[in-house]
Amino acid sequence: MTRTSLAGALRSPLTFSVLAGLVIGALFLVGTGADPLTAYEAVVTGALGGDGIGATLTTTTGVLGLALALAVPLRAGLINLGGDGQMVLGGITAAVTGLNSPLPAPLTVVLALLAGTAAGAGYAVLAALCENRLGVPLLVSSLLLSYPAVSLASYLARYPLKEPGSSLPQTRALPDGVALPAFGDSTVTLGLVLVALAAAAYWFTDRRTALGYEIRMTGLNPRFSAYAGVERRGLTLRLMSVSGGLAGLVGAIGVLSFPYRFVDGSLTAPGYTWTGLTAALLAGAAPLGTVIAAFFFAVLQVGGLAMERTTEVPRELTQVLQAIVIVFLAARLRFPRRLFRKRVTV
Amino acid sequence: MFLDSDLLMSALRALTPILLAALGGALCERAGVFNIGLEGMMLLGCFTSVATSWFTGSPWLGVLAAALAAAAYSLILAVGAVTLKGDAVVLGIAMNLLAVGLTSFLLRTVFGVQGTFDDPSLQGLPLIGGFSPLAHLSWAAVAVAALLLSRHVWGLRLRGVGEAPDAAATLGVRPATYQYGVILLSGVLCGLAGAQLALGNVTLFTENMTAGRGWIAVVAVMLGRAAPLGVLLAALLFGLAEAAGFRLQGLGLPQQATDAAPYVVTLGALFLTTARRRRTPRPSGARS
Repeated sequence: MTRTSLAGALRSPLTFSVLAGLVIGALFLVGTGADPLTAYEAVVTGALGGDGIGATLTTTTGVLGLALALAVPLRAGLINLGGDGQMVLGGITAAVTGLNSPLPAPLTVVLALLAGTAAGAGYAVLAALCENRLGVPLLVSSLLLSYPAVSLASYLARYPLKEPGSSLPQTRALPDGVALPAFGDSTVTLGLVLVALAAAAYWFTDRRTALGYEIRMTGLNPRFSAYAGVERRGLTLRLMSVSGGLAGLVGAIGVLSFPYRFVDGSLTAPGYTWTGLTAALLAGAAPLGTVIAAFFFAVLQVGGLAMERTTEVPRELTQVLQAIVIVFLAARLRFPRRLFRKRVTV
Repeated sequence: MFLDSDLLMSALRALTPILLAALGGALCERAGVFNIGLEGMMLLGCFTSVATSWFTGSPWLGVLAAALAAAAYSLILAVGAVTLKGDAVVLGIAMNLLAVGLTSFLLRTVFGVQGTFDDPSLQGLPLIGGFSPLAHLSWAAVAVAALLLSRHVWGLRLRGVGEAPDAAATLGVRPATYQYGVILLSGVLCGLAGAQLALGNVTLFTENMTAGRGWIAVVAVMLGRAAPLGVLLAALLFGLAEAAGFRLQGLGLPQQATDAAPYVVTLGALFLTTARRRRTPRPSGARS
């Protein structure tokens, strides 16, 4: 029994995809004249060693936050491609709130987090309304809305809200104390805890509530769930507001962490949205799987830098690796049954 | 004067890459394949054309290589979605991501630069009658695609495959053959679109230089209801928005406003057409 289930797990498209990704990544490494084992070792030690673990956990905050944001609608078969816009609006809103709030610092932090979340949620709801009321597919409406939002935030950081006298496209620094508490000297902040709590809430909703069941059923078979009485438009609206809210929260966390201001491009440059989407797709939006996949990709992303230092292979290779994994997964390739039948019968 | 011939000319230049990619997308749509990998195929075309033109000194070989490379790349979608019945949307997203990673990786390993490869000796495409040869080709392609779809037996079979694959199969038309054909063709067209972008509109390669144009092409397919002439009009709208954006930038508007213009205009047009379409009853058998 355990043998067959082990064989089943090994035969799953997921295992095949990850292994195929690693093998093709190794071929790339050989092609550029590097030793794959050294390179992969550099990835792991670079990301999980004493020097890298802080960066890995900071990156995990962003990647996991966006992965959850995209997993929530994906669980119902909806794809939100507007994570960048929702995150950036959350960030700039948090920055404006933090700079102008008359409240004491700790309350300002809470207010900024809430404002950022609300901004992201509101913008994502706009994309949902485009699908519900105007018949523009969510995939397209969310993505097209994302570009103007990024442009708007960039404009605000460069002109009206720009720090006077600075040559950088950034807002003024938030007042003293308006920041998420960090763990020790690291750049890891309470934001990681917030994102982890969101993951726990997602797990609970998915596994233990009627809403979670409705979402999963809609993802598996939208016509069946509609027949069973799930109201699709309302569900789209709710899921997108949660999705955008999480993306906005990540933006707010980014602004309330070092360097405690909104810097144009600093939220989108690490590619949280796409890495997060990849993680959510890899896990099929399952809560626990999304957490694992997000951590895996955060390790790849941070470890990629270490790999570049040791082997001089560009870190972009990790991005290639991620995409290859998803290509194989989407094509639903798996190891042929023959390979395992032998092992089980012998 | 705001609306003058200069504006129209720059609109027509901005139009070409979108039009080529959107034509490919429209053909796929007609054969029942939702192709959102246009952006990635285009980006790969950009890089291949620049790299080939640089190493051979011939922009024409660059165009050819871009078409071949993007066609080869499109096989991911063909094999994944048609043969293995995978999810075309996820495959398309993955292809777009892979293209960004792959071209950035190659930019650093092949050229040893990060961000942008730009060299005065890089050969761009010459102009014929004021336009890139690929612009002429794109207009011809619209006409050919329109005639093929409405008049030729291949076009009829293609539409049959898209609208009722089982019925088409019963009549001896193999849906997979037609779907492979249009996906490969969309790869060729996207490769040409990329070559036009990197060797025509400008002569350089920048990471992620397609900047959402493949997605605009996907929208153009929707706006134009996957008909070649409709797609031409939709792409023209985008070209005008981009050209008007540049013009406004000249008048002192910040660059961010002009960056956002094409997307806002596209969304607006999408609202208007879908709102009108919702009031008129949808013909039976049409896909939503």
